[in-house]
Amino acid sequence: MTAAIEVRQAARAYRVGQTEVAALRGVSLTVRRGDHLAVVGPSGSGKSTLLQLLGGLDRPTAGSVVIDGHDTVTVGEAELARIRNRVIGFVFQGFHLQPRTSALDNVALPLVYRGVRRAERRRRAAEMLARVGLAARAGHLPGQLSGGEQQRVAIARALVTGPAVLLADEPTGNLDSAAGRHLLDLLEQLNTEHGVALAIVTHDHEVAARARRQIVMRDGRIVSDTDTDTATDTDTITDSGVCS
Amino acid sequence: MRIGEAARVAVGALVAARLRTGLTVLGVMIGVSSVMVLIAIGDGTRREVAGRVDELGSNLLLVVPGKVEIGMPTISRMQLSDVEAVARVVGDPTRVAASVASGELVQAGPVKTFTTVAGVLENNRTVLVRDIARGAYLSRADVDSARRVAVLGATVARVLYGGTDPVGRQITVAGVRFRVAGVFAPLGQSLGVDRDDEVHIPLTTAQRLFATTRVDGLAVRATDPAGMAALGDRIVAELGERHPDSAFSVVTQDQILSVLGDILDVLTGVLGATAGISLLVSGVGVSNIMLVSIRERTREIGLRKAVGARPSDIAAQFLTEAVLLTSVGGVLGIALGVAATVAVERFTPLPTLLTGWSIALSFGVAAGVGIIFGVLPALRAARLDPVPALRTE
Repeated sequence: MTAAIEVRQAARAYRVGQTEVAALRGVSLTVRRGDHLAVVGPSGSGKSTLLQLLGGLDRPTAGSVVIDGHDTVTVGEAELARIRNRVIGFVFQGFHLQPRTSALDNVALPLVYRGVRRAERRRRAAEMLARVGLAARAGHLPGQLSGGEQQRVAIARALVTGPAVLLADEPTGNLDSAAGRHLLDLLEQLNTEHGVALAIVTHDHEVAARARRQIVMRDGRIVSDTDTDTATDTDTITDSGVCS
Repeated sequence: MRIGEAARVAVGALVAARLRTGLTVLGVMIGVSSVMVLIAIGDGTRREVAGRVDELGSNLLLVVPGKVEIGMPTISRMQLSDVEAVARVVGDPTRVAASVASGELVQAGPVKTFTTVAGVLENNRTVLVRDIARGAYLSRADVDSARRVAVLGATVARVLYGGTDPVGRQITVAGVRFRVAGVFAPLGQSLGVDRDDEVHIPLTTAQRLFATTRVDGLAVRATDPAGMAALGDRIVAELGERHPDSAFSVVTQDQILSVLGDILDVLTGVLGATAGISLLVSGVGVSNIMLVSIRERTREIGLRKAVGARPSDIAAQFLTEAVLLTSVGGVLGIALGVAATVAVERFTPLPTLLTGWSIALSFGVAAGVGIIFGVLPALRAARLDPVPALRTE
């Protein structure tokens, strides 16, 4: 498997008033194509920050993050936006659907920024909605859908551009356990059938247990990176790429 | 992002915040319509002034004391003998009109009115082209014998006599009895001045009545428009010889038009600029509302960035929204401005003139206001950091 995202000694510090707060303190990680990994750890361990760096929503203050061959530290804002559009799909705990826009047009949104014509956008969005089992709900507004359905719309939106990696931050956090399981089934099916890499940040050990690879974080560092397929555990203070 | 898509998103956002959109549009409407109305008044005034000056005819020379280039005309030292001297220069006394004017109380029975009483020569009516509605104008004999006869402006006739014919009746001017010889055909209002509020009496009679020998000014109807400048020079030279310590000036219709044109340019400019301030204020309102809108939609902006919107896409989206807001305000403001201009024309004495360029300018300025006042909020939106933006509630 080839690397979709390469993180090398990435650090991310925030300035709060006069003091610097380190959210990430030198993390190295490789997300491979078709990967299925879960990032776990207590609050404030840097999981979400890592996810933002993986998705090019944010840039490291030290080290590097290379997405699909592009170093996020050196590319411009517009180029970074293009990378997010083409390589990454985001799924958020709070769904982040446009409330006054139909499920179909919510799914079609990323294609707007790819210059796809409206009719074609809608055709592809309808296809994606069908794939997540919501073909019948295309015309509904998010408020008319259940939480599980809304999150499936969000997944369809994340996948409509055909990204290499789907990044999910607590995707089941706002769902009941049945809806959560259903959602994970869907994500795993997309992972196995379409080869899209999954990186899921979660508090939930059940969710983490379903991933093939578990990354545990504490205090801005990765303390373990376990791949159940190869059953190796590299205490990844060094380069995690060796475990492939 | 295509412009059509940006417009679709903008319409959706503006419709979703109907009340806010409506109030902002109202602000732009008021700004645009006030610019239009005030420019229409400026242009209307210009047209009326130009029309009135045009009535004088292009071959009229006005001779006034003083140097007009310096400022207001000074007190005249011209006498009746100067009028005769100018008539000799011109070569035709019927082409030289003279007048002396004063504000006087005019009375018919118990009815009184204060009006402009002009002492004139009998040729005033032909040199300055006035029509008589009833009776006759002053005659040569009236002037020569300093008779106490008067020709009333239409307003004075109406005020003193109502509907009845004043010709042959007695009036008093400054307490002296006069007979009404005729009534002018009405000229109407001009720039809020009633041009029919005047009385003409013979120049000789007026000089006695006002206890003066002065003549305020002369009007010369030239036969040959090409030789007017030379004729004017000869008149000024003649008068200068007769009054070595006084200055005289000759003005033509073209000169009056150019001077008044300059004044009216300033007037229109000041009016337009005043209204422009309200347009500016509405622009600040647009900025403000865009900033509110962006704050409310921070999460949406974060999401759009997350799925691949470039900063320029976000800026274009909000700029489109601002321009749409002011353009709608501009179109509605033009409609309101046309209605308000019609109302001003109908219900006030102010003249108005709607021109295509003022409508185009109003709309252009409104759209420009959207761009100028939309840029700052749009850039702010474009620069939003997606991570905190996504976290906002």
